[in-house]
Amino acid sequence: MTETALRVLIVDQNVVRASILEEGLREAGYRGVIVVRDMQNLLRRILDEEPDVILIDLENPNRDVLEQMCQVSRVVSRPVAMFVDRSDAGMIESAIDAGVGAYVVDGLRKERVKAIVETTISRFRAFSRLRTELDETRQQLADRKLIDRAKGILMRERRIDEEQAYQLMRRTAMSENLRLSEVAGAVITAQGLLKP
Amino acid sequence: MSAGPVEMRIGFLPLLDSAVLVVAHEKGFAHEQGLSLRLHRETSWANIRDRVAVGHFEAAHMLGPMVVAESIGIGQLNVPLVAPAALGHGGNAITVSLDMWREMRHEGAQLGGGAAAQAAALGRVIRKREQVRAAPPTFAMVFPYSCHNYQLRDWLTAGGVDPDVQARLIVLPPPLLVDALRTGQIDGFCVGEPWNSLAVEAGLGVIAALASDIWPDPPEKVLGMRAEYARLHPEQVAALVRSVVHAAEWAAQPENRVELAQLLAEPRYVGAPEGVLRAALDGSLRLARGHGPVEREGFFRLGADTTIPELAHARRFHDCMRRWQQIPGTNDLELQALASFRPDLRQAALASTRKRGYEA
Repeated sequence: MTETALRVLIVDQNVVRASILEEGLREAGYRGVIVVRDMQNLLRRILDEEPDVILIDLENPNRDVLEQMCQVSRVVSRPVAMFVDRSDAGMIESAIDAGVGAYVVDGLRKERVKAIVETTISRFRAFSRLRTELDETRQQLADRKLIDRAKGILMRERRIDEEQAYQLMRRTAMSENLRLSEVAGAVITAQGLLKP
Repeated sequence: MSAGPVEMRIGFLPLLDSAVLVVAHEKGFAHEQGLSLRLHRETSWANIRDRVAVGHFEAAHMLGPMVVAESIGIGQLNVPLVAPAALGHGGNAITVSLDMWREMRHEGAQLGGGAAAQAAALGRVIRKREQVRAAPPTFAMVFPYSCHNYQLRDWLTAGGVDPDVQARLIVLPPPLLVDALRTGQIDGFCVGEPWNSLAVEAGLGVIAALASDIWPDPPEKVLGMRAEYARLHPEQVAALVRSVVHAAEWAAQPENRVELAQLLAEPRYVGAPEGVLRAALDGSLRLARGHGPVEREGFFRLGADTTIPELAHARRFHDCMRRWQQIPGTNDLELQALASFRPDLRQAALASTRKRGYEA
């Protein structure tokens, strides 16, 4: 069996992250990649698919379900262990840092699995960066909307133009040591209170 | 020169017996010992173990048998762990589906009956089902190395049922248990509170046996940490152990139960209804919906004595692992199992008092 013929099962409730990882593994040439999204009967699915490697996100409470498969009096025909090379503490640590656990069928040589685990770690990290960026973009967008509304209020109430309204808020933010969006929020709240 | 409080990251699962850690933090017992606890709620026992092993957490709410399994080398990462304190006794129960309960009642089970009598009724149900070649029942528990697993197995055995042949035992995380009863995926489960009571409240299950009827005054969770951490940071460990003991003493006072239930009900801790948590703390359990509560004094116990990581408990876990073939071959691992429970560390912690501010 060649490396790329290994069957890799991805257990992840996050659809986007699972797709990113699936794509990454396919790009690396792995053809037998299966994604499990339905957590009902997870054990059954695993027994049916007979994967060589199982990857699971650490936010997933179903991780403990997989642990049962690693026992001596086991439910599966082939023993499974978490990570293949326990002496490689660095890899275990980076996987856990990245938020992923890997369970590997016993007897697989570690070199065969290393590439899979490395791809997984890098894709999980990429997803995490993506999520952070997305959160930041969302925040910026929300701030933008808040600032625009506050500008509109100031323009109406103080009869000033857009640039002046913006400068007024910016100066206030600087002198009060606040963020621009916080000043905007205060303007909107104040207007709500003052409205008859 | 006194330094600020020492920060310790502690992992826990949203269960009733995370109480002592929550109290140590919220009621200032950790602070008194110069510690600032950061409690991290986790989603699986495997995560707890791994995050302790790689050093994300200095200590955690752990299953007693998990500490033993990792230390004797039959766990996953097998980083040696120690338990310098325990976090409570009991709190588990076995709940069965309404269908299973109906059949058990037909075979003589009674609400609130003794664990042995209920098991015998279950045994009769299973043997009758076998006669018509029905599939064996499925029972869930929370982790292979857990008291839940062993209590469930002992209960089934008491009913003349071989848990590896005449039943299917699977692992399911507590938040999924109630739903698995609803969909008929399982016929019952063994879990800690509040999950049994939540199944009863939902009208989906009946509590058939209490763990305290299967194992009297049963050991349960412990404070687990890396053996290496305990060796390198004895002062911090002693301070944490003292906080845990003081917190358990506070939690043992009946007049503090209302406040404790309120604390645990917060979404960042257990996040279950306060009434359910309060009832479990009082040992006053509703076994089936529509029935009044029964009083079971020793169902769940917190107190200074329940913080002792007793060697007898480590031995019992080792014996269970041996009996249920979790320990391969005939390796003698009993001494290693005993070495992972450290009543000596607890005793030393209580014998010394905190040095103010940890002078360097």
